[in-house]
Amino acid sequence: MRLVLNPSVLQNELLRRVEELSGQDVMACYQCGNCSAGCPASGAMDLLPNQIVRLLQLGCAEEALHARAIWYCAACLSCEARCPKGIDVARLTEALRTLALEHGIRHIAIEELPPEVLAEMPQQAFVGGFRKYSA
Amino acid sequence: MEIAYFPGCTLSTKAKGLDRSARDSLQALGFTLREIPEWNCCGASFPLTNDDLRLAGAVRNLVRAAEMGQEELLALCSTCYNVTKRANRVMREDTTRRERINTFIEAQYDGHVRVVHLLDLLRDRLGFEELRQRVTRPLEGLRLAAYYGCFLLRPADEIALDDPETPHLFEDFLAALGAEPVFYPHRGECCGSYLAVGAPEVALDASYRILQAARRSGADALVTSCPLCHYNLDHPQREMATRYPGFRPLPVLYITQVLGVALGLDPEGFGFERHAVDPLPLLARVPEKVSAL
Repeated sequence: MRLVLNPSVLQNELLRRVEELSGQDVMACYQCGNCSAGCPASGAMDLLPNQIVRLLQLGCAEEALHARAIWYCAACLSCEARCPKGIDVARLTEALRTLALEHGIRHIAIEELPPEVLAEMPQQAFVGGFRKYSA
Repeated sequence: MEIAYFPGCTLSTKAKGLDRSARDSLQALGFTLREIPEWNCCGASFPLTNDDLRLAGAVRNLVRAAEMGQEELLALCSTCYNVTKRANRVMREDTTRRERINTFIEAQYDGHVRVVHLLDLLRDRLGFEELRQRVTRPLEGLRLAAYYGCFLLRPADEIALDDPETPHLFEDFLAALGAEPVFYPHRGECCGSYLAVGAPEVALDASYRILQAARRSGADALVTSCPLCHYNLDHPQREMATRYPGFRPLPVLYITQVLGVALGLDPEGFGFERHAVDPLPLLARVPEKVSAL
């Protein structure tokens, strides 16, 4: 991905909304990578959790919004538990998902789930999963 | 000993065995469970943005417990426990959000009810030593791996059930039942959780790693209190067997199933037949009930 940076990107509205929704200060991150090291889903992600934070630091909220990685966060909070700077990365991915859903980006389509999944899966997976990954 | 009880959606449907074994076991231990009236879903995920509307369901259940005059509310399912406890903390500590949520659900609740899990209920109100005395069929010879997952540990400052990186509460409970607890590195790792819906292959891989870690540490079975963890860890084991060469199935039990067996209860209704990996051959290894002297 080719990025063109200039100082004005740090004032962008999307980044402001990510910080407002998440309550996190992305500039506090010094890129140690602990969040990515402990993330159980990092193997499936196109960008690692610390790289998502780096994109936000560079003002590239739009790119972060389109990363597939945000849909692989299960909110297990391993990142939150191990961040030496007290950043809750799961709150950042939740804010990004919330904004992505607002922008019409979709991850799961409820009507396409196979009947055997609907029959077997516990309710909490649907309620929690639909809240996180669908609009 | 009386306690208000919130079963939650899954315990009333897909995980009836967890509910039944809990009711039978706690009754045998002298607890009277009082199910809160007209309860609703807790929301099944704690909102990580400050979305107060999504807390309303969990808070409404807390209001019901308070209206019953109860000071503690028992949630057995790890998800319900986590979400309800965290929602309660918002009501106790954030006066602005408290007022907004109270206005929305037409209540005046201040967060005074304490949300408890089976593990701290038994530790604090019965005591593990007393529990050990009540066990009539010790789980001798069973090497059980406690699976905490995420919801019993994190976030550490809000849940505060045990140390988030090196917990031992669950293992202490299993030891009180006469089992040999197995410590393994993945007991607080995520099973994949809601990814079962959105990215099942990621959940399968995460759960496989947990089962393998427990197996390598010599476990005979995994024990959990979360129906979603149970689904992720137990249900896809047939697929794991085809996907990962050399994989050997490992039974996944509910915390109250092992409790009920150790108390010598009739396991009718414990729901073992719903498990993908049959735990009965393993449980049959436990010596029969020791008759009281």
